[in-house]
Order: sequence, then C-alpha cells, then structure tokens
Amino acid sequence: MKQRPIRWSVYAGLTPAILIVVFAYIGTIIWTVGISFTDSRMLPVARFAGFNQYVRLFATERWLTSVQNMVIVGVLMIAISLALGFLLAVALDQRIRAEGFLRTIILYPYAMSFIVTGLVWQWILNPTLGIEQTVRGWGFENFRFDWIIQKETAIYCVVLAAVWHAAGLVMAIMLAGLRGIDQDLWKASRIDGIKPWRFYWHIVVPILRPSFISATVLLSLGVVKLYDLVLVLTGGGPGFSSDVPAKFVMDYLFQRQNIGLATAAATTLLITVLCALTPWLYAEYFRAEKRKD
Amino acid sequence: MSTPPAKIHNVPMGEGPSGRAPKGVGPARIGIYAFLVISALFFLLPLYVMIVTSIKPMEEIRLGGLFTLPTTITFEPWAKAWSSACTGLDCRGISPGFWNSVKILVPSVFCSIFVGALTGYALSFWRVRCANLLFAALLLGAFLPYQVFIYPLVRIYSATGLFSTIYALVLTHVIFGLPVMTLLFRNYYAGIPIDLFKAARVDGGRFFSIFFRLMLPMSIPMLVVAVILQVTGIWNDFIMGLTFGGLANRPMTVQLTNLVAPTEGEIAYNVNMAATIMTAAVPLIVYFVSGRWFVRGIAAGAVKG
Repeated sequence: MKQRPIRWSVYAGLTPAILIVVFAYIGTIIWTVGISFTDSRMLPVARFAGFNQYVRLFATERWLTSVQNMVIVGVLMIAISLALGFLLAVALDQRIRAEGFLRTIILYPYAMSFIVTGLVWQWILNPTLGIEQTVRGWGFENFRFDWIIQKETAIYCVVLAAVWHAAGLVMAIMLAGLRGIDQDLWKASRIDGIKPWRFYWHIVVPILRPSFISATVLLSLGVVKLYDLVLVLTGGGPGFSSDVPAKFVMDYLFQRQNIGLATAAATTLLITVLCALTPWLYAEYFRAEKRKD
Repeated sequence: MSTPPAKIHNVPMGEGPSGRAPKGVGPARIGIYAFLVISALFFLLPLYVMIVTSIKPMEEIRLGGLFTLPTTITFEPWAKAWSSACTGLDCRGISPGFWNSVKILVPSVFCSIFVGALTGYALSFWRVRCANLLFAALLLGAFLPYQVFIYPLVRIYSATGLFSTIYALVLTHVIFGLPVMTLLFRNYYAGIPIDLFKAARVDGGRFFSIFFRLMLPMSIPMLVVAVILQVTGIWNDFIMGLTFGGLANRPMTVQLTNLVAPTEGEIAYNVNMAATIMTAAVPLIVYFVSGRWFVRGIAAGAVKG
C-alpha cells in the first residue's frame, strides 16, 4: 500500500470521526481549559485571571475532601476488586461444578447501571430499613450498621457498592488470563510437587501481569468517572463527606453556577488522568502495533 | 470466524479449567466451594432484595424489613411503578422513561456502530495521513472524564438549537461511543487477511463498496458484540440523559432517580424496587441471553469504564 494517491472517499468516510475529534474532543477541552483561566462565575467571561481559580479550588475544603475520597475509593476499591476477582477466578478454575452458573452470577452486576446499583445498596445499607433493622429484628437490639449516615464512613459504602459492581469484571479478565496459561506449566508444577499456593503466587501472578494491569486501568478509569453511583448512594453526603471530583464538577457547573471553579476542577482531573495514562496508552496501543503489509 | 485480537488479552472462556483435577472431597475442596457460594450470595443479595421487596405489600416491609420472603405476593407495586407512580405531579409511572430510553437507544446504537465500524475500517485498511494522531485523539474520548467535555457541549447544543432534543442525545452517544466502537472494529479488521482486501481492490472495489459489500457482512460477530455493548452502555447512561435530555427526553435511569426521590409521606419501597428492576431489566436480559458474547464484549471494549 505504498505510494497510493490520496483518495477523497477515504476522508469522506473519516469525516464524522474527524469532526468529532476536532470539535467534540479537542475543541471542548480547549474551551474548558480556557474558561478555567478566567474569572467566570455564572456565565463565561473573557477576563483573564491566571491561576486564580486553581488557587481558590485548592483552598476549597469540599474539593480537597472529594479528591481525598477519590484516592480512598481508588486504592480500596481497586485493591479489593483485584483480590476478590482474582481469587474468584482461581476458585472457578478448579474444575468446579456449575462453573457457568456461578460465573453468570458473579458477573451480572457489571451489566447493571450505577443508578440501579446505588439505589439498591442505599436501601440495603439504610439503617432504618436494611441490614441494621433486620439484625435488630432478630433480637440484637444494640446492633449498629449505619455507615451510610456517618460522615467518617459513608465513603466506604461507595467502596462496597463499587466492588460489588466491578469484581465480576476482574474475575472475567483473570479467568480469561488463567485459561490462556500453557497447560504444560501445570503439569510440570504437579510433577515437581510444588504446593498450589506457591505455584499461583510465584508463577501464575507474574504471568497474569498484563491482565492485572488492564484490570487496574479499567477500574481506575471508573474511579475518576465515578458520579452516578455516589449521587444515588449517598448524594455526596452527609454534608459533602462522600463527595467525589466528578460530582463536584457537575454541581458547580449546573447547580452552584460557578463555572470558573468547575472548569478548573475538570482541568485538574484531565491533567491527572493524562499523566497517569499516557505511558500505559503508549505501551498498549502504539508500540509494535504497525500493520504489516 | 476468527477471534478479534482485542486489547484486553481475551482468550475466550470455555477452553477448560486449568486447575488441578480434584482428588476427592478434601477440606480444600470444601473451602473453595464455600468461598464461591458465599461470594455468589453476596452478588445475589441486591437482586434478591429487589425482587422480594417488589412483590411485598407495604405492611410487610414495615414489619419485616427487606430480607424476609413475602407471605402475601402482590403484583400491584409492579403495575403502579409502570403506569401510575408519581414523579412530582406527573403520575404516569416509569413507562414514559422506558419509551424515552427506547427512542434514544435505537438511533444511538445504530449510528454509533455505523460510524465506529466505518472509522475502524478506514484506519485499518487505508492509508490515512496522521492516522495515529487521529487514533490517539480518539482515545481521549474514551479515557477522559465527561466533565471535561460537558459544559462546552451544552453551549454548542444550545447555540444550534439541539439542546434537550433527542438529536442531542443521539449525537452525544455517537460522540462518546466512537472510541470504543472504532477500537473494536479496528482490532477486528486487523485480524482479516490483507490479501482479501487487496483482491477486492484489484477487482475495482472502492472505499465504500468494499466496506458495504465485503467488510460489513464479514463483521457480523463484531456487530453482535458492538450491539450488546452499546445497548447496555446507552441504556445505563445517566449523566448524558440528565445533562442533555431536558424534561421531555429523560431516559429511564433519570426518571427512576426522580421517581424514587423521597417525597412527603411514606416511601413506597415496593413500588420503588419494582421500578428499579424494570430499569435494570433491559441490560440484564441482554446479559443473560447473550452469555459468552457479553464477556467477549467487555473484554474487547471494557475501556468504556
């Protein structure tokens, strides 16, 4: 395919993609970043204000709380989902009866929306309706499980619901990885009499490194985008104790009408994601990916 | 059909377990089953709560909490949730949201897959200037949080009169569905022998004719995966529907949150749960019916996050 003249029909076919990239992605990003350097409040104004919005942003307690929450959810949710998903995949891989049935049950939460997930868990965790109420009904009058209405613990309810939603995805990725491991390795380990747990820890986990990386990237993207789940599960409350950055941006854009601050927050998110992702994206999509023809 | 060389290292499941063959029923075996059963119960708990509560009368919920089985079964909450539960002054249940979602879903799924397949095809077989740049920029749309794009899009839609129309929503789903769809089809086409394409070129095939007559018919497995992904993704969307849909085009998820929002008086948990199950029904049916295809879909397109 060398030296072929440019064919306009190819570019006609790419027009939608090019328009979307130029206007909907790059254009809007520039616009958003641009607003963040002005002192816009309710409406965008073109008065340049340098880093004022960013200074104000990082002096806003609610923003700092939401960033902290993102880190808490990120670390805990990813660690727990990876561990649980991996263990489930290993367990399912032991010639289990009804494997397909169990797999279906473990993965179905991933098909549900965050809205549905959030609502159900909000009902289950609601102290006057769900678990606390039920256990008290069994006669344990002093039983307390009111994480969702306590400032210090509400964010852990988000972690719980997010793990419930995502663990199946990790399981699916890990199981696919396990099924791809060379059968001879298993035979060899059996002949050598290596203990199963040592085999998994020292051989299988390193082999599954790409699966762990993929799963981690997917889960962290979900953490940055986390919005609907928090909105219905805790509403960001009590107060703003379980707020997250994406929700902070949405609230300041559309409810609190402070678009300067909101776009500064969005830009901060953008930079964070770009810094974290660029190396992975490069390795995953561009290295050694040239089509041979 | 060849398996798509997806990025998430997906060996399709079902090649047979690789763990050791059981040596009878030892304690390790029991432990594994116990772990799996307890986990399965954890995953099933919310579904159980929703179903059980949605068929209980309110008196029972007041007395027994969420987890007990109903003594009397009633389908009244379902009927009420569908057609007569109130959102503010509007007492038409969740059904208008369902139909709105259908109206958004059908054109969005069709357009986003078409544009994605076309882009993937062009990037995969044709020499395009700056193809890598375009591809890198596309990934932005997949990985960046929507909050970065959303305010300018609101302004653009307002300026063009698209705001709070169904077109704005369809366009938005095409915009944010494009990266994953392109990726899916680009990877799939990368697995099709280039000689096939060259033969079609020699036969005088042009860009669009090769796409419509050769590549699209060959992509049926990927089209199925794409439909599964987009139907669940678009049906489950909340943020786009909330931001761009306006009052008239609220999708089911947005309407659900309005429906269950606490109001004066006692909260009808059974009605709320029935409405929630209905909202979850479409993706769940897609999931249970499609089975392995769904797994393939998330493996190939899980970047959507």
